[in-house]
Amino acid sequence: MTHSSSHQRLMTGAEIFVRSLVEEKVDVVFGYPGGAVIGIYDALHDISDIKHILTRHEQGAVHAAEGYSKASGRPGVALVTSGPGATNTVTGIADAYMDSIPIVVFTGQVALKLIGNDAFQEADIVGITRPITKHNYLVRDVNELAATIKEAFYVATTGRPGPVLVDLPKDVMASKAVFSYPKSVKLRSYQPHTEGHQKQLSKAAELIAKAKRPVLYVGGGTILSGASEELTAFARATGIPVTTTLHGLGAFPESDELSLGMLGMHGTWYSNTAVHYSDLLIAVGARFDDRVTGRTDAFAPEAKKIHIDIDPSNISKNVKVDVPIVGDVKTVLKQLTPMVKPLDTKDWVRTIRAWKEEHPLRYRNGKEVRMQHVIQTLSGLTKGNAVMVSDVGQHQMWMAQFFNYMLPRTHLTSGGLGTMGFSLPAAMGAAFARRDIPVISVSGDGGFQMNIQELATIREHSVPVKIIILNNGYLGMVRQWQQLFWRKRYSHVEMFGPDFVKVAEAYGIPGFRATQTAEVEETLRRLLDTEGPALAEFRVMKEDNVYPMIPAGQTYNEIMDVPEATEEEQGERLELVTIAKG
Amino acid sequence: MTAAEQEQDPQVHKHTISVLLENKFGALNRVAGMFSAKGYNLESITVGPTEDESVSRMTIVTTGDDAIIEQIIKQLNKLIDTLKVVDLTYESFMERELALIKVSTSADTRSEIMQIAEIFRAKIVDISHKTMTVEATGSGQKVDAIIKMLKPFHIKELARTGRVALKREFVGDV
Repeated sequence: MTHSSSHQRLMTGAEIFVRSLVEEKVDVVFGYPGGAVIGIYDALHDISDIKHILTRHEQGAVHAAEGYSKASGRPGVALVTSGPGATNTVTGIADAYMDSIPIVVFTGQVALKLIGNDAFQEADIVGITRPITKHNYLVRDVNELAATIKEAFYVATTGRPGPVLVDLPKDVMASKAVFSYPKSVKLRSYQPHTEGHQKQLSKAAELIAKAKRPVLYVGGGTILSGASEELTAFARATGIPVTTTLHGLGAFPESDELSLGMLGMHGTWYSNTAVHYSDLLIAVGARFDDRVTGRTDAFAPEAKKIHIDIDPSNISKNVKVDVPIVGDVKTVLKQLTPMVKPLDTKDWVRTIRAWKEEHPLRYRNGKEVRMQHVIQTLSGLTKGNAVMVSDVGQHQMWMAQFFNYMLPRTHLTSGGLGTMGFSLPAAMGAAFARRDIPVISVSGDGGFQMNIQELATIREHSVPVKIIILNNGYLGMVRQWQQLFWRKRYSHVEMFGPDFVKVAEAYGIPGFRATQTAEVEETLRRLLDTEGPALAEFRVMKEDNVYPMIPAGQTYNEIMDVPEATEEEQGERLELVTIAKG
Repeated sequence: MTAAEQEQDPQVHKHTISVLLENKFGALNRVAGMFSAKGYNLESITVGPTEDESVSRMTIVTTGDDAIIEQIIKQLNKLIDTLKVVDLTYESFMERELALIKVSTSADTRSEIMQIAEIFRAKIVDISHKTMTVEATGSGQKVDAIIKMLKPFHIKELARTGRVALKREFVGDV
């Protein structure tokens, strides 16, 4: 037997593991050691090609791997121990699964002969994560280790990407084998096809040629597929306006006249209006999520629908479509673009322009800091040239609305699962992938406290994350729902928070605070100008609501825009700020 | 699903789906788990090796309207270990199920039970002073029918395998 690229010396599973990561060109691993992975950590000790970042919680490690992946397009890697180490990864894995983020999570496991015995720090993590991983593996033989790792990375990054978990029993990692890393993977049971079917493409081209009021509905799949350029070229070649989902932000420059900003529950008034009256909706790497469609039978009721998606199970799952095209967005757009001619959408674009003028995004600015104002100012200061990492809640929606996204992979958020506590560790991971532009973490006071421990990791490695806390002392989105739909009975949404500036200082991170609008720009400048990590807390208006809003499960007709100013607000002479995308 | 329920919703039909999977650790769990996670109805599921020992065949009986069945097939295909999914419902296929039915007997009823077994081409595989066990094979309906016939004698214990099925090659009746 010959191994061309092999080393005949026997290696332990732990050494094979580390060598395999080097073969996969993994440069950063986010992890946390423990008893079951102590051998792996011993092997990691000698390797200079891989930087190991010790997070302060395993959830932080997985979100960091997600952030790394979202910002770079390369798979993120996390390594944790068995039992509690493994179960602490569950939220991050579920998050990555919902948002199709390619990560590979390695968990330690008790020795094979102890599995099932309720051994110390044993958890059936393969069983636990089966419904929230794209695939998972328990390695039972050291001779299969290298091939399994190769396969794990392959499965995570191809087709519809997603998290893959590899469970590593302690004794397997101590056994020895010859290391031979496979050059390629071929699985007879898994062969995602990337090219669109010619017949479907022709049908789509026909529908496009006939469309008078077409809209491109662009989702995160476009960014995952690296197809922003192809999409932009397609939209400009045809003259079709573009609305994006939360995850599609950045796929199309929001300064473009054809941009409609985000659609859905908190989408712009004009994007939802355009979709409602469209006669052709082209879904590109989007999955007709309930936060986009509202009541599905009333979503884009007049439109024929084309759906480009790599995952066949997304087709006609929520909304019946007329022309499905299963394939990789980038490949399909390359195929489709030469098949279509420029459309005469001048009237349609003019109508949309009027809607933008009538119903722009709005908020009333005053002395008290508005989250919208902080985000809008940040958008102006960075000119869209930053990786913006949001958490979950009101600020997340305002970040989608009031920041102008210009580039793919610059808007990172937890969309599908809606994981509070995502922003800080994800931004940290993103900063390991992107040193060329600022990485800005924005959280509410609630979410920030869910992974606050990662401040230590950030400080330890001087990760240059700019941290913004928009502190309203509330779980703002839940409070908004309680106000609007639950008779203003504020049940357990007001919360005490620490002095975040002092917290930052305690971790050795410079902290700033702004308490009124006049201080916002200066505080942001100081934050951005600080070398290395820095934190700014904004004490913002306690009760403000995100608009427009289409209440859950309802239709476009129920859309709520910013209400008229109350007498009190009129007395304050608030400045009405409006912006429209494109 | 009972006949009464099927009458209530004419869109819902019973489907027999044959799945070929990599014969790997946990494959049954992945399929069964997917059904429960997605809330699909799972009437029976059987799994066993095929002529190729690296491949398992799973036969699933499920109910749903066309949209649900379409999703079930897509979700089955989405599993990394899945090699092939065929909805046999619209094809000509053979199906068999096996049941072991332990019935209370006495000297008075023994011959009647044997007659019923004979009508269904079932076998008597165990006998004691108070019981008789009948082995019945056939379509799900046939197994239902013999169970119905034996019920008055008091069925003490019952084990059914669930359905296995293969596509027919022969066109026409056999």
